[in-house]
Amino acid sequence: MSAVDRLSVFKTYKLYVGGKFPRSESGRVYEVTDAKGKWLANAPLSSRKDARDAVVAARKAFGGWSGATAYNRGQILYRVAEMLEGRKAQFVHEVADAEGLSKSKAAEQVGATIDRWVWYAGWTDKIAQVVGGGNPVAGPYFNLSSPEPTGVVAVVAPQESSFLGLVSVVAPVIATGNTAIVIASERSPLPALSLGEVLATSDVPGGVVNVLSGRTAEIAAPLAAHQDVNAIDLAGADEALAKELEIAAADNLKRVLRPQPVDDWSATPGIDRMTAFLETKTVWHPTGSLGASGSSY
Amino acid sequence: MASAFEYAPAPESRSVVDIAPSYGLFIDGEFTEAAGGKVFKTVSPSTEEVLSEIAQADAEDVDRAVRAARKAFEKWSALPGSERAKYLFRIARIIQERSRELAVLETLDNGKPIKETRDADLPLVAAHFFYYAGWADKLDHAGFGRNPRPLGVAGQVIPWNFPLLMLAWKIAPALATGNTVVLKPAETTPLSALFFADICRQAGLPKGVVNIVTGDGRTGAALVAHPDIDKVAFTGSTAVGKEIARTVAGTRKKLTLELGGKGANIVFDDAPIDQAVEGIVNGIFFNQGQVCCAGSRLLVQESIHDELLESLKRRLSTLRLGDPLDKNTDIGAINSAEQLARITTLADQGEAEGAERWSPACELPTSGYWFAPTLFTNVTQAHTVARDEIFGPVLSVLTFRTPDEAVAKANNTPYGLSAGIWTEKGSRILAVANKLRAGVVWSNTFNKFDPTSPFGGYKESGFGREGGRHGLEAYLAPSSPEGER
Repeated sequence: MSAVDRLSVFKTYKLYVGGKFPRSESGRVYEVTDAKGKWLANAPLSSRKDARDAVVAARKAFGGWSGATAYNRGQILYRVAEMLEGRKAQFVHEVADAEGLSKSKAAEQVGATIDRWVWYAGWTDKIAQVVGGGNPVAGPYFNLSSPEPTGVVAVVAPQESSFLGLVSVVAPVIATGNTAIVIASERSPLPALSLGEVLATSDVPGGVVNVLSGRTAEIAAPLAAHQDVNAIDLAGADEALAKELEIAAADNLKRVLRPQPVDDWSATPGIDRMTAFLETKTVWHPTGSLGASGSSY
Repeated sequence: MASAFEYAPAPESRSVVDIAPSYGLFIDGEFTEAAGGKVFKTVSPSTEEVLSEIAQADAEDVDRAVRAARKAFEKWSALPGSERAKYLFRIARIIQERSRELAVLETLDNGKPIKETRDADLPLVAAHFFYYAGWADKLDHAGFGRNPRPLGVAGQVIPWNFPLLMLAWKIAPALATGNTVVLKPAETTPLSALFFADICRQAGLPKGVVNIVTGDGRTGAALVAHPDIDKVAFTGSTAVGKEIARTVAGTRKKLTLELGGKGANIVFDDAPIDQAVEGIVNGIFFNQGQVCCAGSRLLVQESIHDELLESLKRRLSTLRLGDPLDKNTDIGAINSAEQLARITTLADQGEAEGAERWSPACELPTSGYWFAPTLFTNVTQAHTVARDEIFGPVLSVLTFRTPDEAVAKANNTPYGLSAGIWTEKGSRILAVANKLRAGVVWSNTFNKFDPTSPFGGYKESGFGREGGRHGLEAYLAPSSPEGER
């Protein structure tokens, strides 16, 4: 039998939750097609229960991930880029199918996506110096303002840009020590689900990123209302859904990043996607006094 | 507690302040009547004396104020930053010049002791304007991209606990960044904001840049819901904050919220007890405990519980409660009958739930709104007095054995505004501070504020920061990719 005739092995696309690859607890799947309507795969159609399970996993992972050194997080995110580079062909194929792109255009997207991981890997141990610092208090005190991760962040990934857009919203969330529950693009979830496989082999602790596929509105609603979710990025929500989710998010005062028009995901991001999910903690200390006779040198 | 060393009265003179019998709304540089002609009274909480009659703004008045602010925005935002800076410097200086008058006014309208308005509120108000004045022409260097742009018209709603200071926290950064404002002071403490309007006049601030609309919650709701504001800044209760977050959902309005708290003040067994006692007292009895970042939960290491409580009770017995204008007064009046009722209800609930209540012998004046400093011991985490923000002079005492337990208990609240740590061990301070989910942590001190230092909460204590470089972000448009705006 020649190679051409060989029957290929299909991949069962599964969710990525808590470092494992479960099917939806609901047992449901939905059909994912390419830009021309050709069947690509069945993706899990996540339920509210899947969303809640993902929150539990993300919360469990938060202490370890936020407590890791910034250097360590940088190394791990860089490792993600390394792993992606090795799987580039697969992602080019998936992105081309998902977004109806030529192979060369898809390769550009995947290249930019890998570079985006590298960009954020470098930020992990710099953001605190850029947005934090000492404050010149008018009194005998020393205080220091430092950024800290907000906590568990629900991310509604962009609907159109299935991979570059996805990574552009996920990487800034976890670079600073948050953990994430990501709702993949509803129509094009396959690159996101495959990303889970990359994360699982990149030393990213289980639960730091959790990927759910399915109906965006169905999964986002319980996350926006969840009392143990601290923030939500509405990048991939349309106007009506974004408003509904923002209202639900007010119940425990989640930090909300509203959808913003993005023409070109490949443009160098600013730091706003990181600062949106950072808290500032200011710690005060009395400086004491050694008396008036200091050295004049 | 009468003694041979009873203090003679030492009241600050009221003659430095001249309160008019009535005030209108300050819109477009003029005081005007409210469209509906409605007024309300503002009283002195320590005597229930009516101080003045204030216009109640309705939606029509709010709309007029927003239109004035919108009209003023074009020119104000186009002014060179150096010119905006000079206006703010003028305001800072006039506040310094008029600080005694404003301190007395604030004490009369709010009920807090003159020693606090004189030594804390007013110096901080002037410093805040002075600090943000200097930013107005340096925004390119603030880390928000080149040529950062203002948002437009800011609608600001502030509480009654630090009326003029909260005004300063709202107006100074808004104006420095080129926004114009419509501010609603609290219903029970409108006077200092109206005096501030006069300061704007003296400073020659262009008409419409600052508008003051007085009224109750309905006025605030109308302001927050107005379609032509670009920014909402609110300081107040978490319940109202959530309502505001729902109101602005799906709009372009940028939102910052500074809400409630249930701050933990953690005392370890190696803490300097006398200093800790002063810090505990300052943490919960400063401003009668009507402070969002109050240290209202005392977490004491079990081994020093009895010793600390004894010292604390002894110290509380020396606090002087009474005439807020008296320079020796430590504890003034509760701001309103409504707030007094809330404190009373929650304290009664604490007792009913089985916590042990204690107050020093303390005579309360017969008129006005008063509440004696109160301690609850034998408090568990399930008690209402350990969970709800009381916003009054009521301290709940809990214990812990290990640092991990202290951290777990401190973080066991939906709030996350402030915390205190008392220990002589430096590494423990850093380790515990690192684990506390709170926006401001004071180690071996409490309730310190400074215009250069960002202030604001985690979790349900709100979001956004006021003060410092961070405080500018609330009033600037988000940067686009490429760092341009």
